[in-house]
Amino acid sequence: MPTIPTTLRPWALMLPLLVVILGVVTWPLFRTVSLSLSDAGLVATSGNFVGPDNFVKNLGSRAFQAAFLNTAWFTLLSVGAELVLGVLVALLLNQEFRGRTLLRALMILPWALPTVVNAILWRLIYNPEYGALNSALLQLGVIDSYRSWLGQPQSAMLAMVVADVWKNFPIVALIGLAALQSVPRETHAAAIVDGAGAIARFRYVIWPYLAGPLMIALVLRTIEAFKVFDIIWVMTRGGPANSTRTLSILVYQEAFSFQRAGSGASLALIVTLFVMLLASGYVAIMRRSALRG
Amino acid sequence: MERRSPAFTVVIYASALLLAAVLLIPILWLFLMSVSSAADLAAKPLRWWPADLDFSRYRTLLTWEPNTMGQAFLAAIRNSLSVAFMAVGAALLVAIPGAWAVSRNPQMEWSLYALILTYMLPPVALAVPLYLGLSWLGLLNSTFGLAMIYLSILAPFTAWLLKSGFDAIPRDIEASARIDGARLDQILRILILPLAAPALSTAALFALLLSWDEFFYALLFTSDQKAKTVTVAIADIAGGRVSDYGLIAAAGVLAALPPLLIGLLMQRAIVAGLTSGGVKG
Repeated sequence: MPTIPTTLRPWALMLPLLVVILGVVTWPLFRTVSLSLSDAGLVATSGNFVGPDNFVKNLGSRAFQAAFLNTAWFTLLSVGAELVLGVLVALLLNQEFRGRTLLRALMILPWALPTVVNAILWRLIYNPEYGALNSALLQLGVIDSYRSWLGQPQSAMLAMVVADVWKNFPIVALIGLAALQSVPRETHAAAIVDGAGAIARFRYVIWPYLAGPLMIALVLRTIEAFKVFDIIWVMTRGGPANSTRTLSILVYQEAFSFQRAGSGASLALIVTLFVMLLASGYVAIMRRSALRG
Repeated sequence: MERRSPAFTVVIYASALLLAAVLLIPILWLFLMSVSSAADLAAKPLRWWPADLDFSRYRTLLTWEPNTMGQAFLAAIRNSLSVAFMAVGAALLVAIPGAWAVSRNPQMEWSLYALILTYMLPPVALAVPLYLGLSWLGLLNSTFGLAMIYLSILAPFTAWLLKSGFDAIPRDIEASARIDGARLDQILRILILPLAAPALSTAALFALLLSWDEFFYALLFTSDQKAKTVTVAIADIAGGRVSDYGLIAAAGVLAALPPLLIGLLMQRAIVAGLTSGGVKG
C-alpha cells in the first residue's frame, strides 16, 4: 500500500476511531453548547438565541443549588466511606489466612452486579412494609416499628449511600490490595527487624506504595459519584421531597420530563465542567505515573 | 514472616468472616426472595428461610407467550445481547487499529489521553443532541441506534485497554516481518492480533459488562419491546404495579447471572485491568 505516506499511516489507522468519537461525542458536545445558549424545547428545537440566560437562571435557582449540595454530599459520603473501607479490607486481604483466595474472588461479586439490580436489591431490603432491614432491626430490638427508609428525607440519602458503598468499596479494596502486594517483602521485613511498630510501618513502608493507586481510585470514584444517576433513579427518582435529587437527575427532569432542552443543556454543561476539572486531575496523575515508569 | 499473636489471628478470622457475610448476604437474600412464596415474603417479621422453594417466577419470566411478562423479559434479554454484540464488535473494529497506531507511535499518545477525557464526560452532556440526532435518523427505539451511542463509552475504553496490551508485544517481531516483506494489514492480522488475544478478550469482556450494565441511554432512547434492554425492563418491573417482590427479585437474579459468572471466571484479568487504571468503577 504505497499510496499513503509513511508519516500519515498511523493517523490513517486512527481515523475510524476519530470519526466515531467525532460523531457520538464531539459533535453532540458542541450541539449541547449551542443548545445551552437557546430556549429550544425538545420537540420544537428551533429556539431563539438567549445568550447566557439559562446559566444565570439555573445557577441562581434553588433547585440547582439543592441538587448541587445533594451531589456533593452523596459524593463525599460515598467516596469517603469507600476509601476507608477499601484500605481496611485491602490490609485484611493482604494478610495470610485460610480462605483468602476465595474471599478475594468474592470481592468481584458486588462490582459485577449490574447497577440497576443493585438498586432494586436495596430497594427491596429497605421496603417499608416487607423489607429485610425492618424485619432484622425489629427482631434485634433496635426499632419498635417498621420505618420507611427511602420514604423520609432524613434517611433516604444515607440509605442510598450505603447501597452505593456496598457496590463500590470492593473496587477500591482490590486496587489497594494490588498496591500492597507491590511492597517488597525485604523492605517490610527489614522494618520489622529494625523494630518499627505497626503504625510506623504503615506510614513509612506501606503508605508510599499505597498513596498513588489510592489517589487514582479516589479521583475515579469521585468522578463516577458526581455523575450518579442509575441507582438514584431506580431507588427514589430523586425523592422524597427532592432530598436525593442530584445534578444528573435534575438535568434529566429539566431536559426530558419538562422538555426544556436549552435549559437542560446549560445544566448539563455545568455538571460537565465539574467532571472535567476532576478528570484533568486524573489524567495528570496517570501521565505522571506513566512517565515515572 | 512475622509471628502473629493468637489475639491478632482471631481478629483476622473474625474480620474475614464479617467481610464474607457483607459480600454474600445481600446477593443470597436476592436469590432467597426469588424462591420464597408470596406469603413468606409478606410475613411480619419475615420468614427468613422459605418454607418451601418456589421456582415458578423463573418459569413465568422464561416463558415466551404473547403479551406476558415472560415475553417482555425475554425480549429485553435478546435486545441487551444484540446491543452488546453490535456495540462491542464495532468498538473493537475501530479501537484495534487506533490503539496499535498509538502503541507504536509514542508521539500520538496525547490523543489517547484526550479520548480518556471524552469517556469521562457525564452522559447528560451528550444526551439531548444524541436524542435529537437519533430521532432525526429514525433510530430511536432501535437496538442498532443504541449500540452506536454506546460507542461513545466503549470505543475510548477498549482503545485504552488494547493500547496497554499492544505495548506488551515487542516491536522486533514486527520489524523482522516487515523485512520479510509483510504488508501492514498482514502484520496486524497474522502477527499482532493472535499475540494480543488475551488483551483483546479482556477488553471485549469488559466492554460486554459495561454495555449490559448501561441504563441511562437505554432509558432515554428505547421505549418498547422492540429495543428496550434488560436494565430498563427490570427497572420497569420494579417500578410498576407488580406486587410480587419475589418476581422482581427473580428478574434481578436472571439479569445479574451473566455478569456475575463473567466476573468470577475472569477475576484475575479484571483485577489487572482495574489496577492499570482507566476502568470505570
